[in-house]
Amino acid sequence: MEILKYIGIGLVLLGSIFLLLGAVGIYRMPDVYNRLQAGTKATTLGAMSLILGVGFMEPEWLVKTLILVIFIGIANPLSSHVLARSAYKNNQMPIIKNGIDAYKKINDSEKSEEN
Amino acid sequence: MQTVSLLNRFIYTWVILFILWYAFTTSLEPAELITGGFVSLVVASFSYKVFTGSGLKIFMPHKLFFVAQYIFIFILALIKSNFDVARRVLSPSLPINPGIVEFNTKLTNDFAKMVLANSITLTPGTLTIDIVENTFYIHWIDVKSDNPEIAHTEIANNFEKLLLKIFN
Repeated sequence: MEILKYIGIGLVLLGSIFLLLGAVGIYRMPDVYNRLQAGTKATTLGAMSLILGVGFMEPEWLVKTLILVIFIGIANPLSSHVLARSAYKNNQMPIIKNGIDAYKKINDSEKSEEN
Repeated sequence: MQTVSLLNRFIYTWVILFILWYAFTTSLEPAELITGGFVSLVVASFSYKVFTGSGLKIFMPHKLFFVAQYIFIFILALIKSNFDVARRVLSPSLPINPGIVEFNTKLTNDFAKMVLANSITLTPGTLTIDIVENTFYIHWIDVKSDNPEIAHTEIANNFEKLLLKIFN
């Protein structure tokens, strides 16, 4: 069982590194959407690998940690989508230099219906 | 969304909930199994109408094969996207060229759309902002084109093909 423990430690270490990179991403990116991009991906894989690592270190918990990993895989991107959507609806305009913004027209038409 | 019989959907919900119960308890004692069966029966009887639209079809062997293939592709994309984030975040010039693109999906099943949206969020450089009817709005960290067709092939093609096989 020693080998499982080392795999677990490796996964926990890897997860922590990804979480750290996510934090750096949130610090460095310029606006909400880019921060969410960095934050979501890094925290999803980071948390997954960390929790799975704990599961490998304590094999009795492995099935439970797998369920947690699946729930994180569903909940994390969903919440980032909700955050991005509500940020846009509340006029947090993205920083877009090339002018490609297909979502603007939907948002504008909804606003004009409200008025 | 295609409709299947209520009984089919009810049994599907029951099976899924029971598998969940077993995963959390991981014990084969009869008392645990009977309690689990009863509790999941009660919960399923309340929730089966909102729980699923497609029912037991997904347990057919060739569909399970596609599900396994999907999970494999998805995990690869997730790992790739993390290295992508790492590369962008750690390079001093911060190489981003963000924009929001749209494209239409061929999927009709609501659950399939949710899976596709979540997968897009976790693949390199893309984030689903909204789904209106069949149109996805994607924040793309490195926009290659504002043409919906090209965006579709670049972002969603692999996943959508498999999802069509799984849900239709």
